[in-house]
Amino acid sequence: MKKNWISYPYVVWMIIFTLVPLVLVIYYSVVSVTDNGIALTLQHFKKVFEPIYIIVFLRSIKLALISTAVCLVLGYPMAMILADRGLSKRNILIVLFVIPMWMNFLARTYAWMTLLEKNGPIETMLSNLGLPPLGILYTEKAVILGMVYNFLPFMVLPIYSVLSKTEKHIVEAAEDLGATPYIKFKRIIFPLSLPGVISGITMVFMPAVTTFVISELLGGSQYTLIGNLIERQFLGTMDWGFGSALSIVLMLLILLSMGVMSRYEKENEGGGLW
Amino acid sequence: MVTTFLKRIYTFIIFFFLYAPILVLIVFSFNNSKSRARWDGFTFKWYIELFNDQYIMASLYNTLMIALISSLAATFIGTAAAIGIHNMKGLSKKLVMNVTYLPVLNPDIVTGIALMMLFVFANMHRGFFTLLMAHITFSLPFVIMSVLPKMKQLNNQLYDAALDLGASPVYAYRRVVLPQIMPGVVTGFLLAFTLSIDDFVISFFTTGAGVSNLAITIYSMARRGIKPEINALLTIMFVSILLLLIIINNRMSKDSEREDKVK
Repeated sequence: MKKNWISYPYVVWMIIFTLVPLVLVIYYSVVSVTDNGIALTLQHFKKVFEPIYIIVFLRSIKLALISTAVCLVLGYPMAMILADRGLSKRNILIVLFVIPMWMNFLARTYAWMTLLEKNGPIETMLSNLGLPPLGILYTEKAVILGMVYNFLPFMVLPIYSVLSKTEKHIVEAAEDLGATPYIKFKRIIFPLSLPGVISGITMVFMPAVTTFVISELLGGSQYTLIGNLIERQFLGTMDWGFGSALSIVLMLLILLSMGVMSRYEKENEGGGLW
Repeated sequence: MVTTFLKRIYTFIIFFFLYAPILVLIVFSFNNSKSRARWDGFTFKWYIELFNDQYIMASLYNTLMIALISSLAATFIGTAAAIGIHNMKGLSKKLVMNVTYLPVLNPDIVTGIALMMLFVFANMHRGFFTLLMAHITFSLPFVIMSVLPKMKQLNNQLYDAALDLGASPVYAYRRVVLPQIMPGVVTGFLLAFTLSIDDFVISFFTTGAGVSNLAITIYSMARRGIKPEINALLTIMFVSILLLLIIINNRMSKDSEREDKVK
């Protein structure tokens, strides 16, 4: 079967729409366009490492890490419950878990604005109960809530799929050998589910660190993450050079964290030792 | 006993968390007042006004047309590419696969601005056509990743046997190879379709003035307040998805029951 030519349309397509655009991003990040013409420069990258922009990077990473941790803590028990074989109506529960992901995520995030508003349902309920108001809309907490809400399924589903495939016999063997529930979880269930945990962490961290919509809506316009910064360079101030440099640093950040995660996964292959 | 109870409570809380915003959307689609803060009596009027709203209807049309055309195009190009990639060897295969993974690993926002730069650089008018190009681009890797595993499972001897029996290569592909990889092709198409319908970030950067899909329309409304017609539209979509999934689920459980009986 020598039919390589059949993939040539695809190869041409990817060169035009994936490689050329990336070359453009790299090109704009290292040149400056002045009246005297085009010159090579590192000024855009220098600007990225100015303190005010470093703060934005650190803030994005911090919020993404917090959201990932919250997703893991909330999502792991949920994945365990869903993976329980004895659960009645398990299929329906899983379908119901996935359905919200099929609704437009902007609309769902907007609905959180309604829920969290000063006169919204949550605040009204709290004041009726005589409790102090939450007041988290347009703060960091609301952004974290939005991230957790949007990305929780990305944490639960990979862990669920690994947990539902684990051999029941291994867990039963541990029980027969006298493991307490805590030891059983720590030494058997959790190590076996690590591949799912790692892909869950990657799948939550990546979109969380690059989002600009959630911070724009729930954080208010003054709340800046890397995504907002990049968006403004292209749709606001039109500083393509700086925007391209920011994008390249963001890409490197993602590739680096993926590299770390995949190495960690390999180290844990085999024995599943802690 | 206690743990089962705790599990139920926990499941309920998580599901409440997931469905609370959707509940809000549905409730406010029946709200008589235009404000999202106040409940002012029950009405169906937003469902009627939805169909008279040119702007929302146009963006719905754009969303569906782009999803349909881009996923069909991605499925054709991608399936052909997967067949070709499967037959490639060594360096060229490695190279093509790495390029395939690029848009998957790249953050959406970077893909978006990179494509926007290309369209501006090439002096293309940004609108429906550029949106279509962008959607085909980000769907392609997913089609390839669904079809390639099926190609690997394929028994090459069947294709050779078809040739020995006098089939032309094209005929053999159509009648022998394609039916076997069909599940992968369908998965790829469905993935591409849903990705396209749901995309906001890449569309946001690659469209021009005047052309918007549903996501962009909702985003542009969000700061001033989303029109109740949008809530009505989303409620209709939610109910149709729910019905569709219930029908599929029922069919699948019936099928498995039948299989059990045969066993």
